Amino acid sequence: MFGFGILSGLTFLPLVGALLILLVPGETEAGKNNIRWIALWTTLVVFALSLYAWSQFVPGVADFQFVEQKNWFGSGLTYKMGVDGVAFPFVVLTAFLMPFCIAASWSSIQNRVKEYMIAFLVLETLMIGVFCALDLVLFYLFFEGGLIPMFIIIGVWGGKRRIYASFKFFLYTLAGSLLMLIAILAMYAQTHTTDITVLLHTKFDPNLQKYLWLAFFASFAVKMPMWPVHTWLPDAHVEAPTAGSVILAGILLKMGGYGFIRFSLPMFPDASHYFAPLVFALSIIAIVYTSLVALVQEDIKKLIAYSSVAHMGFVTMGLFAMNQQAVQGAVFQMVSHGLVSGALFLCVGVVYDRLHTREIAAYGGIVERMPIYAVAFMIFTMANVGLPGTSGFIGEFLSLIGTFQANSWVAFFATTGVILSAAYALYLYWRVIFGKLEKPSLAGLKDLNPREMAVLAPLVLLTLYYGVHPGPILDACSGSVAELIKGYESALALTKTAALTLH
Amino acid sequence: MYSAIVFLPLLGFLIAGLFGRRIGDRPSEIVTTALLFVSCFLSWVTFIRVGFNDGHFSAPVLANWMTSGALHVDWALRVDTLTAVMLVVVTTVSSLVHLYSIGYMHEDPARPRFFAYLSLFTFAMLMLVTADNLAQMFFGWEGVGLASYLLIGFWYEKPSANAAAIKAFVVNRVGDFGFALGIFLVFVLTKSISFDAVFAAAPGLAGKSMHIFGADWDAMTLTCLLLFMGAMGKSAQFLLHTWLPDAMEGPTPVSALIHAATMVTAGVFMVARLSPLFEQSETALTVVTIIGATTAFFAATVGLVQNDIKRVIAYSTCSQLGYMFVGLGVGGYSLGIFHLFTHAFFKALLFLGAGSVIHAMHHEQDMRNMGGLAKKIPITFACMTFGTLALTGFPLTAGFFSKDAIIEAAYAAGLHSQAATYAYVLTVVAAGLTSFYSWRLVFMTFFGKPRWAEVNHADSHAVAAAHAHNHDAPSEEESTQEEDAHGHHGHHALDPHESPNTMMVPLYVLSVGAIFAGLVFKDAFIGEGMAEFWRTSLFFGANNHIMHEMEEIPKLAGLLPSLLMVGGFVVAFYFYIVSPETPVRLAARFNPLYKFLLNKWYFDELYDFLFVRPAFWLGRLFWKGGDGAIIDRLGPDGIAARVLDGASWMARLQTGYIYNYAFAMLIGLAAIITWYLVGGVR
Repeated sequence: MFGFGILSGLTFLPLVGALLILLVPGETEAGKNNIRWIALWTTLVVFALSLYAWSQFVPGVADFQFVEQKNWFGSGLTYKMGVDGVAFPFVVLTAFLMPFCIAASWSSIQNRVKEYMIAFLVLETLMIGVFCALDLVLFYLFFEGGLIPMFIIIGVWGGKRRIYASFKFFLYTLAGSLLMLIAILAMYAQTHTTDITVLLHTKFDPNLQKYLWLAFFASFAVKMPMWPVHTWLPDAHVEAPTAGSVILAGILLKMGGYGFIRFSLPMFPDASHYFAPLVFALSIIAIVYTSLVALVQEDIKKLIAYSSVAHMGFVTMGLFAMNQQAVQGAVFQMVSHGLVSGALFLCVGVVYDRLHTREIAAYGGIVERMPIYAVAFMIFTMANVGLPGTSGFIGEFLSLIGTFQANSWVAFFATTGVILSAAYALYLYWRVIFGKLEKPSLAGLKDLNPREMAVLAPLVLLTLYYGVHPGPILDACSGSVAELIKGYESALALTKTAALTLH
Repeated sequence: MYSAIVFLPLLGFLIAGLFGRRIGDRPSEIVTTALLFVSCFLSWVTFIRVGFNDGHFSAPVLANWMTSGALHVDWALRVDTLTAVMLVVVTTVSSLVHLYSIGYMHEDPARPRFFAYLSLFTFAMLMLVTADNLAQMFFGWEGVGLASYLLIGFWYEKPSANAAAIKAFVVNRVGDFGFALGIFLVFVLTKSISFDAVFAAAPGLAGKSMHIFGADWDAMTLTCLLLFMGAMGKSAQFLLHTWLPDAMEGPTPVSALIHAATMVTAGVFMVARLSPLFEQSETALTVVTIIGATTAFFAATVGLVQNDIKRVIAYSTCSQLGYMFVGLGVGGYSLGIFHLFTHAFFKALLFLGAGSVIHAMHHEQDMRNMGGLAKKIPITFACMTFGTLALTGFPLTAGFFSKDAIIEAAYAAGLHSQAATYAYVLTVVAAGLTSFYSWRLVFMTFFGKPRWAEVNHADSHAVAAAHAHNHDAPSEEESTQEEDAHGHHGHHALDPHESPNTMMVPLYVLSVGAIFAGLVFKDAFIGEGMAEFWRTSLFFGANNHIMHEMEEIPKLAGLLPSLLMVGGFVVAFYFYIVSPETPVRLAARFNPLYKFLLNKWYFDELYDFLFVRPAFWLGRLFWKGGDGAIIDRLGPDGIAARVLDGASWMARLQTGYIYNYAFAMLIGLAAIITWYLVGGVR
């Protein structure tokens, strides 16, 4: 296709849209509207293209697909793209969520619309790039590049404490990624390649693995985020505009988990095995600790942000349990959480646009005025709680049943999360939606308008659809996950025999 | 046909839920109710075909749910005798409750929502009982939990209703915590969670020990105990019972359907369904027996002193569920299910009857404000009396066959098990208590002086006004449980009247069930025709002879519960008809005991102290202390402070956010230097 592959198309189409927007004058009201429409159509085209790619994608196999490779301005670096069953769902998820972000910003963003939309489209390019990159340097560029538009989005269009939040976000993620950069350089020094497909089959020295693992871990753990490096997330979420929160929770957090699957587990299996107890411990703490913290929050967005941390705990736990159910569950949990938490932040955005407050205490009884909204919010709340029949259940169930086989204590403590999540989610629902409508500020609330319905309805349907039929995602990643586990186990076995012969 | 039974209620839910406001109240009611009656009819056809004719067992697969490695879960409808019994119970009570609600809820503005919830509940319950694997059972299990949550909190304006709804969901989740772990363990042991595969593997696992949770366990015992924890939550057994009485915040038809006849019996159904597993573990069955017996006794004692008519029946339900577990625990699975079956009729009858009383009294639920209603609403009184007779086990009524059989089985099992002896003693005592509180309810409500006359005139305005403005304050335990429609009632003089026909017909049908269900089905469920009836749906181990042993117990042991039943009646008659001042005097004399019972053994206070407060306290500690004072102060804020120190120096050069760029530059510089260093090393 025009000399480049479909993945390049997916990755760089948003940039084309951004260029177009650059050319449009954005000062007048009409200009702003044009910009919005261009952004929306760009993201819709990208999404359509991702669906086309999905139809071409062969599920259940372990190989990379749609691979393309080019030399990069004559240096030793290569431009290499490709996706496997683990990466591809995230590409589609990103393309899927972007139109919602544009639509959710339609009326809530009024100043600097042009820059805002450009930032989002650039961000989309970088995010899709992360999941497609098959070259370490390329990956790093996309991975770190995503930081900049997000930093700007929070810092410019955010709430009152946006500067503090954006810096916290920046500091945390940058600190982690610097270590990763050093690790990448070290890997290049060892192997003289940055091609991920080659590195996947390279056996690193077990001692070196530990350092490399820790360096990568520093970056991914911050992105996830894992306890105790999670404190940037609540602040970033609270201050970010609605669409920023959606992307943050829906996609950016998934990069950490994706990084674990792509790098830490297959490339450093011995170190992963060695550090697994650490990850388990942090995951359990994340689940229990942040669930309890979520219980006492007074800010809706903060509560959902903390619940995100807890849900990501299930992901890291499942990944390092390293068996078919656990890893597939973790992948599914990431996709599902992308939908559900994204949808929850959109829901918060709906009432925030009306009342301009996120204080839970400012609400109460709004089901009276907004029954349709209450239904949508209920469905996402239940998905967040992990009710069977919603997508939230599948991920939790599979990751827990997998983890149980690896370590019963870990599964035991993690399962307490199902009790706590019910407590904080329903408590929130009660305080916001139920109760008596008494506050005068709420008396004039209007239910969802058509635009908001169009935004929430597809998410409701997908949440329920994947709850009863998770096949599309599970099948897509089954082959890659099986391959990952096979490689992991044979690597461990190899190290074991090596250790035996030494003695 | 099975699909129709299960999915018609779902259809009703979707129609009433999505289009309820567009098509109006009455069409929503009619559609959901009609669909339910069709489903009910088909269930009875299934029941007769599976239970009494050739009864082929089938489990057609509808679709795949999830597949991951060895884990393969299908959506399927498993219909054998056990399921058929449950289908009949669920759809019968549900369709009658739908019908009843047309009358009972006729003033409520949100009727489509109510009927949608009822149908959603029925769908989830049917998915539960037709499950062919543990995951689908869990789906139905949580689904009924959701419906229960929505229906308890149906009047969402009341803080007490919201609190009760959340409490129900969370306490159930505590049970589900065990259930989920049990499912995981089953998968670890058998590499499958579908019933056929698990049941086939179960005998091989008997007595096998495994190392898990840091200790050596008997594999089957641990599995069954974890699964039973789920049953305890759902069926409100001792320790996890606290949600059930509070669930009475929901509309009364909900209490009849969900919190008496169907959902709360899901735990009993689960243990019976998993009888091939429980048969492999003596210890687990002993625990089931002990928990069941304790619940039966505990709930009965609390029921003695409650004044809210619904709460008395709620504790009675709790207690009867305990009986069912005793039946299961001593190995008589069919006994437990038989009692489940008969109990569904007479308990639904009692609740709906109570609803009729409440309706007549304009949403008054405190029995102290009733009395003398027998003359005013004679038909309701008659129906309630039938229900009470059945509950207390009056000869030839439903409860007589099912409850006494459980007590006899407990006696028989007691010959070689101390736990069963414990169960026998407690259930016999509880039978006496049951009789007392049931007749107390009847006497306080229907006999004596009409206490509502004076209360009504003096208080109605004050009460209505207080209720209208008092929604924020959590309602106290003993305060009257007002319902939404209360406000505009009570202003005019109260004249209790019989309920409309939509409400009375279900009472008639259930009365017939309460009286004859035992007599008609005794033979098939627990008598001669048992093997032919249950076939493979219940599993009795090779050493399980309980069904024969219970035939051979001494006459007196079998007669004892009936004697205590009479005793309970006599005492209640004396206390509440002959000498009404006696209970008041006794309550004053034994005040600590009375308070202890009235406050439900202080479980709510205890759990609040042990779990709820610490959870919030810890949450705050982690938030302010952990995240704020430790992580942030040592981490980002600390670093940011250093950076800002440097930046303020840099900022002298230019104004604006220059430190922003400077910092990024510094980082970039560090990266380049590193690149060269590492490159140089190479």
